[in-house]
Amino acid sequence: MSAGGAAASASALYQQRLKRLTDAIELREPDRLPAIFFSHFWAARYCGITCREAMCDYERLAAAVRKAVVDLEPDAYQPVHPLVAFGRTMEILDYKQLEWPGHKGPAENVAYQYLDSQYMAPEEYEEYILDSTGFMLHKYMPHVAGALEPLAQSRMYPGVLHTRIVQSVEAYARPEVRRALETLIRAGEEMPKMRAVHNRVAQELKDLGFPMAAYGTTHPPFDVAADYMRGSMGAMLDLFRNKERLLILMVTLVTLIPRAGIEAVKAAGGNMVFIPLHWGLDGFMSPKQFTTFFWPQFQKVLLALIEAGIYPQVLWEGDCTSRLDVIKDVPPGKCVYFFERTDLAKAKEALRGAVLRGNVPASMLITGTPNDVREHCKKLFDVVGDGSGFILDAGVGIPNEAKPENVLAMFQCAKECVY
Amino acid sequence: MDDRSKQLVQQISDMQEEDAVKLARAMLEGGYDAVKLLGHCREAMEIVGKRYEQGEYFLPELMLAGEMLKAIGDMTKPLIKQDASGAKTAGTVIIGTVEGDLHDIGKNIVTFMLEINGFKVIDLGIDVPVSNFIDSIKEHKPQVVGLSGFLTLAFDAMKKTVEAIRAAGLRENIKIMIGGGQVDETVKVYTGADAFGLNAMDAVSLCKQWVPA
Repeated sequence: MSAGGAAASASALYQQRLKRLTDAIELREPDRLPAIFFSHFWAARYCGITCREAMCDYERLAAAVRKAVVDLEPDAYQPVHPLVAFGRTMEILDYKQLEWPGHKGPAENVAYQYLDSQYMAPEEYEEYILDSTGFMLHKYMPHVAGALEPLAQSRMYPGVLHTRIVQSVEAYARPEVRRALETLIRAGEEMPKMRAVHNRVAQELKDLGFPMAAYGTTHPPFDVAADYMRGSMGAMLDLFRNKERLLILMVTLVTLIPRAGIEAVKAAGGNMVFIPLHWGLDGFMSPKQFTTFFWPQFQKVLLALIEAGIYPQVLWEGDCTSRLDVIKDVPPGKCVYFFERTDLAKAKEALRGAVLRGNVPASMLITGTPNDVREHCKKLFDVVGDGSGFILDAGVGIPNEAKPENVLAMFQCAKECVY
Repeated sequence: MDDRSKQLVQQISDMQEEDAVKLARAMLEGGYDAVKLLGHCREAMEIVGKRYEQGEYFLPELMLAGEMLKAIGDMTKPLIKQDASGAKTAGTVIIGTVEGDLHDIGKNIVTFMLEINGFKVIDLGIDVPVSNFIDSIKEHKPQVVGLSGFLTLAFDAMKKTVEAIRAAGLRENIKIMIGGGQVDETVKVYTGADAFGLNAMDAVSLCKQWVPA
């Protein structure tokens, strides 16, 4: 085939895959079962590079992602660079919210992990609500990045006005603040290097016929409060000790989260956003707590994203079977519910509007055989693939340790599940 | 039990943190026996545990109950001359998040639930090297070892830990349960554990089944 012919064929494949995925999301019957490739470090391991290398060597990661996508031939993939390739920038910043391979604790080939902690004290609720940006600049960033600690010394501007603004700038020339700003610039110079490689590999994969399944990431308001601000313990105790403050914070987050999510997705030129969800699962909260502190606020975020023409891809971690009756209330054909352990048959019955995505178990992909995987995928297709509304994936994406032959079997099976 | 004691049990079990701590303080200041007061706390915790088992309470209630217990426990400490925890335990469980994994919420909840069900729990923390499990088993001679892990990397670390326990000749006398994240029956078989659990209640049931009263 001529180069022009190959390009035309790749372009046709791109459109075909995108249509397959969009058909599934919009509850129309696609030609066959679509499958999404999503993983943090599987592509790296598949190509023999360590987790640390994946986080720090943009080009080697790009080569691994390209090979994984080309070999698996998914209908769409979630880009990997924005998920993992920030090791160098974190090192410049002395970033403290993650432990990552080759830095302090974890070994070279262990995935990075988030450190659950209190990043906002209970008495700081009001400060955040009054001046979120000020709080992030003066308190949060100095707390989570060692190199930015001196930024805590710069002035809080809502109270600094008129000629005091002019006088206030002296803080920025202090040696320690100057060093922090210089570090911030160096970090700022590193990140576009990663972005450039990410954009290039995305274009290369587009030219080969592969669409992306996520153009940004955002979170439910309660998860932001629990994971990134109050910490697990703090957030759970706040359900009793700081109920009102928490609810007011969530009002702020319901406005800020979609704004940031829409901005990121639009800037990337896409229409899908990934929303991993940590606190919604059965057993974590009571049904009443869920319908007070979690769902109403999250539903508003989903509706705002949908209103902006974005399809949310919501990863409901754990088993959310008992939540189905509440979370079903989303506009039809606009939202993907990606379930880890939730019973998909029950989900199919309860949810009329959201397309299902999932849920080949991690344990099977890591320890099973290609035959186990094929049988499981076919069973899923039989049970929930009727006509529309199902996208094949693993429970929480492809686990880093999954056997390549099992992952290949999963994507191959999707191709055999024809409507 | 007098009215104040009953009220204390009710306030703790009904999640009235401020009232419960205030009442406990008033009782102690009024000369109420600290050991007896801790007994009321235990009684309240049993109610909390039952409500959790019955699906009335969830993680936030367990966390708050733990906080109340800690606050009241701290108040009683200076008043108790000797260790009052000499009560017979239901059995000993060693628990830890396996090497490479830093997650601890699940492990902490299981620890809490086992403790309120009368088990002595030795919590080895997170990212626990295999050798720490072995040393601790030799020292404490538990009936049960609980291996926790949220990430999929924990599957291999759990397997390695179970194998090391076997290699050290310690496997025969203990039961091993695993839990957390994506752990399931397949992982149980893969790691060589005796059972897996999806939540803290599963862990309590397993331990009760393995360590008869």
